[in-house]
Amino acid sequence: MADLQSTPQPSAETDAVIDVRDVHYAVDGRPIFAGLDIRVRRGLITAVMGPSGTGKTTLLRLITGQIYASRGHVSVFGREIGDMGRAEIYATRKRMGMLFQNGALLTDVDVFDNVAFPVREHTNLPEPLIRTLVLTKLEAVGLRGAAHLMPSELSGGMARRVALARAIVMDPEVLIYDEPFVGLDPISLGVILRLIKQMNDALGITSVVVSHDVHEIATIADYSYLLSEGKVVAAGTPAQLAASDSATVRQFMTGGAEGPVPFHYPAADYASELLGEPA
Amino acid sequence: MTESAGAMVSEGKRPPREGEPQAGPTRRGSREGLLEGIRKAGVTAIFFAQLLAACVPALSKPRLIIAQIYNAGARSLIIIMLSGLFTGMVLGLQGYGLLHRFGSEAALGTAVALSLLKELGPVLTALLFAGRAGTALTSEIGLMRATDQLTAMEVMAVDPLRYVAAPRFLGGLIAMPLLTAIFIVIGLFGAQLVGVQMMGVDRGIFWSQMQSAVALKDVTEGIVKSLVFGAVLSLIAVNEGYHTDPTAEGVGRATTRTVVASSVLTLLLDYVLTAVFL
Repeated sequence: MADLQSTPQPSAETDAVIDVRDVHYAVDGRPIFAGLDIRVRRGLITAVMGPSGTGKTTLLRLITGQIYASRGHVSVFGREIGDMGRAEIYATRKRMGMLFQNGALLTDVDVFDNVAFPVREHTNLPEPLIRTLVLTKLEAVGLRGAAHLMPSELSGGMARRVALARAIVMDPEVLIYDEPFVGLDPISLGVILRLIKQMNDALGITSVVVSHDVHEIATIADYSYLLSEGKVVAAGTPAQLAASDSATVRQFMTGGAEGPVPFHYPAADYASELLGEPA
Repeated sequence: MTESAGAMVSEGKRPPREGEPQAGPTRRGSREGLLEGIRKAGVTAIFFAQLLAACVPALSKPRLIIAQIYNAGARSLIIIMLSGLFTGMVLGLQGYGLLHRFGSEAALGTAVALSLLKELGPVLTALLFAGRAGTALTSEIGLMRATDQLTAMEVMAVDPLRYVAAPRFLGGLIAMPLLTAIFIVIGLFGAQLVGVQMMGVDRGIFWSQMQSAVALKDVTEGIVKSLVFGAVLSLIAVNEGYHTDPTAEGVGRATTRTVVASSVLTLLLDYVLTAVFL
């Protein structure tokens, strides 16, 4: 692990909303995590970065209790996910909001009903109140005028903003973003970046942003973790990561093709494979 | 030139490495296939139990179930009515031809009614249902899986089994007997159209023979069959969609499996149920 771990660690344990300790997880015998440690402190924007295939999305599934670690501890709001029953996991999820990579909007209802969905499912609020609530959240993401549109009529950036409105409609304490910048044009990307920061500052929401867009995330993150091969290889403020002399960190931050993460997938000898000789 | 040579190399058959499993059916392969089959049957059984458990809370949202009865039922009406009409007309024509040989055209009404009530109504409706509504259910739920909608519901603490799967299962279960009834009624009309209007069987005899010969047990057989088909086909469609590989190819394969499994099981169960009712 890089030396950066020793600098301002999010050590105040009572402050940790999400605490992932020494987590091991494997799929079909292929290890995804081997001793993962991540803490998310209340009120901060924590970024989790790493090359594709390092299990960033798997981490989110562990945190939301969709899968369980084979070893180690994942606790959310001070309670161990593994100890929770189904009802408690559902109760915990109500305190969290999640923004999916593609928005994951319900395709058979319009924007308004998408945002109203969690409210209608979890509360018995009268319809006029739901309307006010939904319009407030849509206004916050700048899409009050799009309330009547169907998800198929939205651009990628708009869909993600609607999904963000839906994620905050129940006033969650934690917001989780799964690759929020993928495939967005510069304007939409800027809008999403500002919204993440705004949600965090204005609503006091704790944010976890999983992303590999190093430069975008560096502008808003309070603390970043860099994952590689199932472990945290570096952690610190964006400035500390940028100044790191670790080869892995440098390769990731500068986008180098060769480095600790190789360009070539492991393969047999090139010449002998081309000539069709058995390896 | 170099490009085509490269393509030839990559497409050419690589000699098998030592110790590498050879292609073709092996004993080990068939055993694994059997185990996989058993595993899948177990997964389906567990899913069915969970689905039934989710049906109870799903009843508190009748709006969702009504929407699915509309989707599976009302939207299948045209194909069911057309098929019912032509099936009835063919029955009228074939039945008349057959009965005419023995001079017993008067039994046409009975023959048509019994074949529609006991066999053709439930079975053909089920086969059409599998092709029309079953595939739509599988691909819809499969696409919801592929676009993370089901996961999003789970993360929003909404059980997708209760919100998505159960209403669709109940919708199919309720729609099937209704569609079967409509199929049979239209079929009888079609048979009457050909038998009475075209072939000249006496109208009074056609209907009165039917009335006196058809017993409640025959109607019950049709209802029970359509309910069983409704439950099984809806379960297959929902299960395949719910457990689909979240890819375009996966959704396509799941849809095909729905039609194949539904058709085969319909005919198999039809035999079993007929044997039970005899």
